[in-house]
Amino acid sequence: MGLTGFEVEVQRPQADGGLSTEDMTLSMGPQHPSTHGVLRFVVRADGEVMKEAIPDIGYLHRSIEKIAEKVGWHGFMPYTDRVDYVAAMPCNQGWAMAAERLAGIEVPRRGEYCRVIATEFNRIQSHLLSVGSMAMDIGAYTPFTHALREREYINDLIEELCGARLTFNYMRIGGVAWDVPPAWREKALAYVQRFEPLIDEFNDLISYNRIYTERLGGVAVVSARDAIDYNLVGPNLRGSGVQYDVRRDEPYSIYPELEFEIPVGRGEMGAVGDCFDRYIVRILEMKECCKILRQCLQQLPPGPVITKVARNLKPPAGDCYIRVESARGDMGWYVVSDGTAFPHRCKIRTGSFAAISIVPKLSRNLMIADLIAVIASLDLVAPEIDR
Amino acid sequence: MAPLAAADIHARLKSRFGESIGALTGNRRDNASATVAPAAIVDVCRFLKTEPGLEFDCLSNLSGVDYPKRSVIEVVYHLYSYRHRHLFTLKVEAQRDDPVVPSVASVWSHADWQEREVFDLLGVVFAHHPDLRRILMPEDWPGHPLRKDFVEPEEYHGISTSRESLLKAT
Repeated sequence: MGLTGFEVEVQRPQADGGLSTEDMTLSMGPQHPSTHGVLRFVVRADGEVMKEAIPDIGYLHRSIEKIAEKVGWHGFMPYTDRVDYVAAMPCNQGWAMAAERLAGIEVPRRGEYCRVIATEFNRIQSHLLSVGSMAMDIGAYTPFTHALREREYINDLIEELCGARLTFNYMRIGGVAWDVPPAWREKALAYVQRFEPLIDEFNDLISYNRIYTERLGGVAVVSARDAIDYNLVGPNLRGSGVQYDVRRDEPYSIYPELEFEIPVGRGEMGAVGDCFDRYIVRILEMKECCKILRQCLQQLPPGPVITKVARNLKPPAGDCYIRVESARGDMGWYVVSDGTAFPHRCKIRTGSFAAISIVPKLSRNLMIADLIAVIASLDLVAPEIDR
Repeated sequence: MAPLAAADIHARLKSRFGESIGALTGNRRDNASATVAPAAIVDVCRFLKTEPGLEFDCLSNLSGVDYPKRSVIEVVYHLYSYRHRHLFTLKVEAQRDDPVVPSVASVWSHADWQEREVFDLLGVVFAHHPDLRRILMPEDWPGHPLRKDFVEPEEYHGISTSRESLLKAT
């Protein structure tokens, strides 16, 4: 944080005709509708073409990692919601898994199923917001309303499950806080049944709209090599054609028992790894979420959802590195315990942090209007960058 | 090819770099680690990235941990190979009063921002880093918040960092 925008040197090259031109330095944000949170870019542009867009982050830094060291193992769970409030379930899960790994706690099977059901609903919720607001950023308002309508239904379902619509605080170390309510399972199944065809409707509405694909196809191409070098994760990585998903490749919870595909970008509208690929991967992933949800809801085993865990939890000294597939991809939790009731260190490595660090490279020679598409396609969530 | 076990990765490092590599610690895949002498870290990382059979193409995570009792700040590198699916952790111990560690930003682009974060929050200086500035905290923030002995300033530009309890006020 702290770029003023004026340390970027103004260049005054002498044009051939003797007229001098000047680069323009623009400040985009921190309050800008397309930045999806409080986030700022210092843009150096020659007319409409950017020479560089330098991200200026930190506006939403809340020292969540420092808080972890002060509130204890159980007490940190509600704070993990705030790491990424669009997809809070995977954050809950990452923290719970880290503590469980360190303390050697087993989660009951029904608890694991509840976790996966909640996480996958949350993933659909997050992707809906992402694809909806992306369409809106590009200039199509109607798809946004369609996406948010569906998101409301999922909010309602999750609210019945855990009492909250955004900051869930649903998981606990050792399981989940509440079992599914009576008749919820049938309701959720009916919703999945209703939602799945709507993805095709959404595709008809916007995904293959000519104006939309022209705006996204071939723009801001990230090669697979660059994606790995910059540690892009999740849909951004898969958009570049790398078929990798933590749920399948570093299996955790009950994912190895579930059947689902991992969609990757295929360069339908230009090149593999362009904005359209990152977008369409999210659309396709929602279908896979439906598959997973249907399996989990049908197979939900009986039994307890949480195991007994000491209230004053003191995991033995040691460290662990847990990775979960959040809606924004591989989320890393490096947690160190020193054997006391408070974590010694908790580092959260998030997908958005990596994604925004590639923006200066991607923005070179793009139009300013395309920066909006790049930000939207990377699915940046500001609180997740800043923590 | 199946992922290599941590012991094999460690053995290959040990045979190439000898004394610069510490003993293998950790009993699981996600915490198998070895300490590396600060001076050797860039060479070790480049070796791990390029050596056939190892090819750690991704720096998955880079973080710092403050250990005031040992007077050490540990910089922790979690490396991952998308090609072979193996995971290995390197740790570099920097002296707490003057922590300087060579930058690995020339090996993985992702290290650039991660090192800026560790510099910002823990005060580790990464030598030869292309752009070592604060990243999350304001430029003029005093100290490094993730150090264990960090004391929060009472105010910042005239804005108080504490407030009276709302319960007490009524």
